[in-house]
Amino acid sequence: MVKTAVKRIYTFLIFSFLYAPIIVLIVFSFNESKSRAHWTGFTFKWYVEMFKDQQIMTSLYYTVTIALAASIIATILGTIAAIGIHYMKKLPKTIMTNLTYLPVLNPDIVTGISLMLLFILIKFPRGFFSMLLAHITFNLPYVILSVMPKLKQLDNHVYDAALDLGATPGYAFRKVILPQIAPGIFTGFLLAMTMSIDDFVISFFTTGPGVSNLAITIYSMARKGVSPKINAVLSILFAGVILMLLIINNRMSRDNGRKENAV
Amino acid sequence: MKRHLMAYPYALWILIFIIVPLALILFYSVFSIDADGIHFTLENFKRVFEPIYLAVFFRSIKIAAISTIICLVLGYPMAMILAGKNLSKKSLLVVLFVIPMWMNFLARTYAWMTLLEKNGLIATIAEFFGIELPSLLYTENTVILGMVYNFLPFMVLPIYSVLVKIDKAVIEAAEDLGATPITVFRRIIFPLSLPGVSSGIIMVFMPALTTFVISRLLGGAHFTLIGNLIEQQFLTTMDWGFGSALSVVLMLMIMVSMGVAMRYEKENEGGGLW
Repeated sequence: MVKTAVKRIYTFLIFSFLYAPIIVLIVFSFNESKSRAHWTGFTFKWYVEMFKDQQIMTSLYYTVTIALAASIIATILGTIAAIGIHYMKKLPKTIMTNLTYLPVLNPDIVTGISLMLLFILIKFPRGFFSMLLAHITFNLPYVILSVMPKLKQLDNHVYDAALDLGATPGYAFRKVILPQIAPGIFTGFLLAMTMSIDDFVISFFTTGPGVSNLAITIYSMARKGVSPKINAVLSILFAGVILMLLIINNRMSRDNGRKENAV
Repeated sequence: MKRHLMAYPYALWILIFIIVPLALILFYSVFSIDADGIHFTLENFKRVFEPIYLAVFFRSIKIAAISTIICLVLGYPMAMILAGKNLSKKSLLVVLFVIPMWMNFLARTYAWMTLLEKNGLIATIAEFFGIELPSLLYTENTVILGMVYNFLPFMVLPIYSVLVKIDKAVIEAAEDLGATPITVFRRIIFPLSLPGVSSGIIMVFMPALTTFVISRLLGGAHFTLIGNLIEQQFLTTMDWGFGSALSVVLMLMIMVSMGVAMRYEKENEGGGLW
């Protein structure tokens, strides 16, 4: 009994530690005054005013568009790359796999700075597109590393059988290979989205004047005090992400249920 | 059809956006460019070993190591509790554990600033009880707190994923043979969980060593870790050569610590987060 109590208390303490700052952040997005410590009354005004704030809306726009564009492009490019790597000979395959791990293991600050140097040297204007290219670069490994295990599980005979039965390679790919690796592609896409939305360091070094995502905006505001409007944006973004997770989770468990019924 | 050709666009991408940029850092660290042309120099690396910069390295390693140890001490019991729950509760708790990570990394760190600042929530609450608190923000401990907060899940999840895979029969066998719970932990559970522990250590130590955001926001403008030093060279003092040399040393340090950790990870089966 004592043991269970200790475990419960410990779990409670750790979870409070993890949630306290986030809860405070959300609670103070409803605070009447700009104070971050004194509660002066409930209001929705920050949720209205954030839409009028040019800087916040622009950075929200860049956060979302770059995350979406980068993860979609990385998913397509990464899936193609994963298939290519899967059918390579042993040596090039090992080299490509290790190179794929490189940006994952390399410190973000080094990746960011090295890309910044590249953009400066080739005189590529720093801004939306340089940031997008950087995001695609650090998203690619997550897609490839999610798709590769699914490719390993594939039974190659099914694809050959489809070809024998007269399917064109393209048709066989769409109808045989794609459905089997789809869960890996989807996981990779989600991972890429998450990394992109969360990224600060690489974006910070690869962007240019006038183009900042939410993280960069918070960083530049943090020293002189962040407006409660930022709290409001973050609360909405957080709620949106949780909602997305719930929907995905719901859909996946429903799909699993369907499969079990079919069997 | 030559399906392996599908990897070539990606190979080109790696060449342009990974290999060439890293080569640039290497280049700038050992070549200086002036009006006479390009010269080979080891001056930048010599500077890295000057006392003031060595102090920054030691401080970064010290803080990253302390944060990693705290994460391990706090995280291991948490991973054990998570792994011990019955199945339905387990997945719910793990999801609850991961959810805070979906709040933007910078926002989470910023949230701590608002809690700890001079007129922040914690100071206000303490004042209510008549306690005068010393400055909570801009100290070494605040930076460590921020690191533990941000990286704790990276310690718990790999350990958890190894612990749930331990065959219960092995533990039961030990108990049947008369082992006390402490012996079971010391001789069976802990050794079997080592791959998870080593992944956890890598996943906490690496970002803790290289961050410049946590130290800047929670440590203040004069709190310098390796990350801050590198950032300054490229964005403030514009000394690309020295910044590149620092980056090269940082990369080497990461590689060495990875190599050490990998030794313990020979039979790692899914100890990592992915």
